[in-house]
Amino acid sequence: MRKSVGLALIAAATLCLAVVAQGATAKHPASADHATAVNGTVTILADWTGAEGKSFQAVLDGFKKKNPNVTVKYKPSTDIASALSTAVQGGNPPDLAAIPNPGLMKDFANRGALKPITFARNTVASNYTKDWVKLGTVNGKLYGVFFKGANKSTVWYNVHSFKNAGVKPPKDWKAVIAAAKTLRASGTKAYSLGGADGWTLTDLFENLYIRAANPSKYDQLTQHAIKWTDPSVIATLKLMAQVLSDKDNIAGNPLQTDFPKSVTNVFQPKNPKAAMTFEGDFVPGVAAGQTKAKAKTDYNVFPFPAVNGRGGDYVVGGGNVVVMFKDSAAARALVSYLASPQAGEIWAKRGGFSSPNKNVKASVYPDDITRTTASALAKASTFRFDLSDLAPAAFGSKDMFADLQAFLKNPSSVTATAAKLEKHAKAAYKK
Amino acid sequence: MASTSVGAEFPDDVRTPPAPRVPRYRSVLIPLSFLAPALLLLGVWVIYPAVATVKRSFYDDRDESNFVGLGNWHKMFSDEIFRTAFKNNVIWILVAPIAVTLLGLVLAVLIERISWASLFKIVLFMPLAISLFAVGVIWRIVYTQDPDQGLLNAGTKAIHDIFVKPGVLPGAQPGEGLSSSFTLTKPIEAGGVAKLAVTGIAPEDVPSDAKQAVNPKPEEGKITGVVWRDFKPGGGKPGVVEKQEVGISGATVTLLKNGDKTTTQTTGADGSFTFDDVSGGGYTAQIAPETFRAPWAGVEWLGPKLVTPSIIIAFLWTAVGFAMVIIGAGLSAIPRDVLEAARTDGAKEFQIFRRVTIPLLWPVLTVVIVTEIIGVLKIFDVIYAIAPGSVRDDATTLAFEMWRRSFSGENRFGFGAAIATFLMILFLPFLVYQVRSQRKNA
Repeated sequence: MRKSVGLALIAAATLCLAVVAQGATAKHPASADHATAVNGTVTILADWTGAEGKSFQAVLDGFKKKNPNVTVKYKPSTDIASALSTAVQGGNPPDLAAIPNPGLMKDFANRGALKPITFARNTVASNYTKDWVKLGTVNGKLYGVFFKGANKSTVWYNVHSFKNAGVKPPKDWKAVIAAAKTLRASGTKAYSLGGADGWTLTDLFENLYIRAANPSKYDQLTQHAIKWTDPSVIATLKLMAQVLSDKDNIAGNPLQTDFPKSVTNVFQPKNPKAAMTFEGDFVPGVAAGQTKAKAKTDYNVFPFPAVNGRGGDYVVGGGNVVVMFKDSAAARALVSYLASPQAGEIWAKRGGFSSPNKNVKASVYPDDITRTTASALAKASTFRFDLSDLAPAAFGSKDMFADLQAFLKNPSSVTATAAKLEKHAKAAYKK
Repeated sequence: MASTSVGAEFPDDVRTPPAPRVPRYRSVLIPLSFLAPALLLLGVWVIYPAVATVKRSFYDDRDESNFVGLGNWHKMFSDEIFRTAFKNNVIWILVAPIAVTLLGLVLAVLIERISWASLFKIVLFMPLAISLFAVGVIWRIVYTQDPDQGLLNAGTKAIHDIFVKPGVLPGAQPGEGLSSSFTLTKPIEAGGVAKLAVTGIAPEDVPSDAKQAVNPKPEEGKITGVVWRDFKPGGGKPGVVEKQEVGISGATVTLLKNGDKTTTQTTGADGSFTFDDVSGGGYTAQIAPETFRAPWAGVEWLGPKLVTPSIIIAFLWTAVGFAMVIIGAGLSAIPRDVLEAARTDGAKEFQIFRRVTIPLLWPVLTVVIVTEIIGVLKIFDVIYAIAPGSVRDDATTLAFEMWRRSFSGENRFGFGAAIATFLMILFLPFLVYQVRSQRKNA
């Protein structure tokens, strides 16, 4: 009896220990640096998986060649905002992270979770236009450098549809509306909207707003220094309604069309469901997996047109900013490397990547189309980050979507939509 | 130590014999040490988070140290989307468990009588082996509105098209001078010309043998006309027959005199037609609108009205197998002689089902219903996978709202904790019932 009790107790204790040991995670921070060669470990968190993950790994391999004594651990995460918030709260952040949202960077910087990257000031200033540098600055200090960018001021169209209709890429918004009419008469619907994914609607609004109003008003709206009921917003909503109310000219049911479907609607070479879609330079990547459309022969791109003559070369876009949570020589080396044109060129060669670095040679891009959209991104005289990404998440990632989707359902409700947007923005910006 | 409290409930012959004399601490220590790992896990992963969540619901959304009392709760109950979520949960609880149990019952009874019963049981049980999220992805594709993509609408479209055929030139629009019903707006007289312009014809819908349209020449005592595709690259002049614009052959044109139908003609190879023997005025011509009927867009299964029923059906597809197997086991436990006795007494099959089988099955049915209620109260994955972004506010449930507020970037942890606590309170009566009934059966 005694023996079996003893055995039982030992077994129970071992089980307890095993459970506790599994739960505990031992984390050893990056080791100290030497004065001569940089060594140590760097962890970097980003949301690139699959093919993109492989491309980023190639970029990191390029870093490894220059710094053979540094071990880089890449941790992909599909929900970066959550992963980082939890990690920071738990006191266990990665060394670096590439986040898709400067608003999040500002949030972390204000909380004291980030370390400034002032050491890279010169590299950043020589490689980026002032708009990009400003985006990585919080309270006058440089906290982030942009590694990957997305140009959202592009319009993709089906070459055959345009040829059949005898339409040329419009350079002004009025020309877009006229072209849409001609396209419909030629038998192809003009617009493809992915309304089920609200962000496509916010992108259209932002592209129109920055041109119909002006870049400084755009900045004011981003910070909620002007209200959403401002006449400039109403005017832009009216412009947007010109597309949304032309229901017979939109492919399928836009509220039930998600973004990938809105792309294939235009890119399918035979019998496209629509002739053009207003979305960013990541569109061909989506189409490549689903259609056999060829660049230039089946599809092509033109820059988002000017409104009343303004903004033909403005770019509204997105990007991933690299920020530093823990300072170390190895982390600094990786930041400087990612800010250099060589890092961007590695991924650019592989396709599916636009670098905001103005010194990346245009020749490394694999095709003409990427070359055009990427150069526009890096060299734009005026660049602004996507408003919905900069706004507080409750508004920019949720309420703004829902309000614009309701607007898509009922495009005549301009003042009501503006009022709803203002109500939601007020609640979200309060915190 | 004889335990008289247990023995009192049962007759003497089944009372447990007195336990051997063991020191009290030992009889507690041994079971406890075996339970310790499970208790530790439970404490760390279940009890602590539950208590912390309840506590968190009384603090500010983002600032953990700021006590707001019932502030989050007040905000929660006055939130419109929360109310929709609660309403949807009520719909789910009222509909899904009963539907699952009923269907499971019917299937269990029917399957018993067929020869390949085991095979059918396996096939019907298989969806349970897939994660609910994967089920959601599958059904999202099934429910897609576009008949070219959605399985369900491909079927409904096929049926719809038997009765209402889509036009030969779908999506075409009336051109210059025509009303929305493809009727000439300006009346003409005998000897006049009817030009029926049609736009919006896709190039691939133009037959390969289409001929250049000709401007119709007026003829005495007749009405001549042409039906043509009034478009050339760049647009051209609307209402004017130009080069590169082709005639539409085989279209049906009706001649109307003062609004009444008279005769019809079919257009020739170059789109031209002639109505002979006409006199007077007040004539107008119309192209049969069925020619241009747009293809059916399909049912909006994932629209705001139908999304919750659609998701419930997807859930049923998974859960019915479970109910069927449990009820099937219960059915086989029913003694055959009771049923035989009922049959010899002259009862019909349905009467036997209603008055013998169901009462005997009642405990099993209750177990299934309560289990399903508990499972349905926390429904999340199917909603996340199936509902498109534009209807999330209509399809949401309490668990989905909790996730949306806390984790999908909004970071309103206080609010989310309040929803989670509220959900936990809703669970309690069913959990208590479940535990009680298990104790009774033990």
